[in-house]
Amino acid sequence: MSFFQTCLKYDDFQSDTVLGRFGKKNVEQVLNRETLKTDDFLVLLSPAAEYYMEEMAQKAHRLTVQQFGKVIQLYTPMYLSNFCTNHCLYCGFSNKNNIARKQLSLEEVEKEAAAIAQTGLKHILILTGGARKIATPEYIKNCVNIISKYFKSICIEIYALEAEEYAELIEAGVDGITIYQETYNTKRYKELHPKGPKQDFLYRLDTPDRACKADIRSVNIGALLGLDDWRREAFLTGLHARYIQHYFPQVELSISLPRIKPHEGNFQPSHVVTDKNFVQIMLAFRLFLPRAGITISTRESAILRDNVIRLGVTKMSAGSSTKVGGWTSGNKDTGQFDISDHRTVKEIKEQIARLGYQPVFKDWQPIFEEAM
Amino acid sequence: MDDLFELGEKKMKSRLIIGTGKYSSDALIPNIISESGSQVITVALRRIDFDSKTDNILDHIPEHVQLLPNTSGARNASEAIRIAKLAQAAGCGNWIKIEVISDNKYLLPDGFETIEATKALVKDGFIVLPYISPDLMVAKRLEDAGAAAVMPLGAPIGSNRGLRTRELVRILIDEIDLPIIVDAGLGKPSHACEAMEMGADACLVNTAIAGADNPGTMARAFAKAVQAGREAFLAGPGATSEFASASSPLTGFLE
Repeated sequence: MSFFQTCLKYDDFQSDTVLGRFGKKNVEQVLNRETLKTDDFLVLLSPAAEYYMEEMAQKAHRLTVQQFGKVIQLYTPMYLSNFCTNHCLYCGFSNKNNIARKQLSLEEVEKEAAAIAQTGLKHILILTGGARKIATPEYIKNCVNIISKYFKSICIEIYALEAEEYAELIEAGVDGITIYQETYNTKRYKELHPKGPKQDFLYRLDTPDRACKADIRSVNIGALLGLDDWRREAFLTGLHARYIQHYFPQVELSISLPRIKPHEGNFQPSHVVTDKNFVQIMLAFRLFLPRAGITISTRESAILRDNVIRLGVTKMSAGSSTKVGGWTSGNKDTGQFDISDHRTVKEIKEQIARLGYQPVFKDWQPIFEEAM
Repeated sequence: MDDLFELGEKKMKSRLIIGTGKYSSDALIPNIISESGSQVITVALRRIDFDSKTDNILDHIPEHVQLLPNTSGARNASEAIRIAKLAQAAGCGNWIKIEVISDNKYLLPDGFETIEATKALVKDGFIVLPYISPDLMVAKRLEDAGAAAVMPLGAPIGSNRGLRTRELVRILIDEIDLPIIVDAGLGKPSHACEAMEMGADACLVNTAIAGADNPGTMARAFAKAVQAGREAFLAGPGATSEFASASSPLTGFLE
């Protein structure tokens, strides 16, 4: 069991040709369906669906309120380390980039966690580069032990692990993972990952499966939009999400739509994803997968984020820094990528409330700890 | 004579239980309580921010309302049991609505795990209200285990599709000697009214109220519908028939 066969099947999928065949009638038919099949999802990603953005938005809004309520869950990223052995062409942390490298000591982790906790946030996403021998699983476990004193939910966005390693981190207090496949096209993946352990497409693709087998509570996946034909990438992301939902129904699944942002190095996205394309992808996801969470990070601008709240988003990052020790060190180093929404947690919280939604800081807590 | 709803050790006028999820602001909750007249309110432990001075949902719930913590997020019996105990330890009392959901796509409850959790929590002195698919055998096991009520779904959570499980809920009403509280799927006041007319003891409504353009007005409408349905049930509606009964073409010769 793997999603790999599906990826291979669509490696040479020409979205221009296939999706170009859909017309307005197809879109109207899909909009009138209650549950969508794979082909229906393709129709919503087609150029023809661009004429129905408002209709899709209305339906996406209704489905989201029904499934998730007028509620936005907030979290923030915390970078532990930017050492990396991979050479991913699109990433600021790439081994090839000559940036200051840093890994927080456990004392610094505690300070950083305490500083972030001052905002009132209870959900945190901890990140490292892909340097398993430096930011070891043991180091991450030690960090989780400290961070769990300050936060109720800890998700990790780190290099891919074995199922047993996930089990150990879950035991320590991790309840979710974020893992982006970056691109679902095996050939493009090879070009973009010339060196380092991340070269192994299949190992990365099967990472959610391993985490789910270790009984992780939530999984967040995504493709880095801009690396390849976005319609195909969005299509495969949706199919991957559905695959996870099907085989691991106990997992709370969410999808991110990260768009490539400027970063250290000189990589230029080969496929530009406009705001309109971005919104179309989000709406198609919501209509195809009504129960999936949708996460929007501060990669996107404040204006765009404010506007998409009503279209299907369920989780947002706030007050983010993509630098190691970004909350306490005053460090001027380079982050993983540039963020666009620079508002503080408090400002974002107030704006969400102004938009008629409830900013939620806590929506989980460890169960198997000493009773409060 | 007052028609009171007996649940746990309480006797209540209201037969409408409300939820707290999905609202655009927790500050709306006092108004929803007042418009609905509800005397029981369910809250997910996972959402209660005990540390927050400004955003603790419990601050919006008046003392006269019975708190019904729920085990949202539990995927099996042991997680549900732990959540119930955490809720109790945090001062949320000994009522617990058991939700064990191991399927995030349809949010359907896991009857087997729910039975296990109910057995354990009843032994520990909890007043247990399990959320289930309307399955007679599961309901019987829950009755044996000492549940205070059973809460069959009308349709999947958040679907607003109405009493789609009508025939199965009717069987529970007829066969189970516990209060039957229809929970989930009731999208309109008329759906709640239908459940009450049929003899359900109470309804739990969240999405339909929280998702309304005017939640306060919708809460009031549900309260009226639940009351109307209850009165109709007590009044004993006349029998309905597919046939006119003025003549008896086949048996008239007997007269």
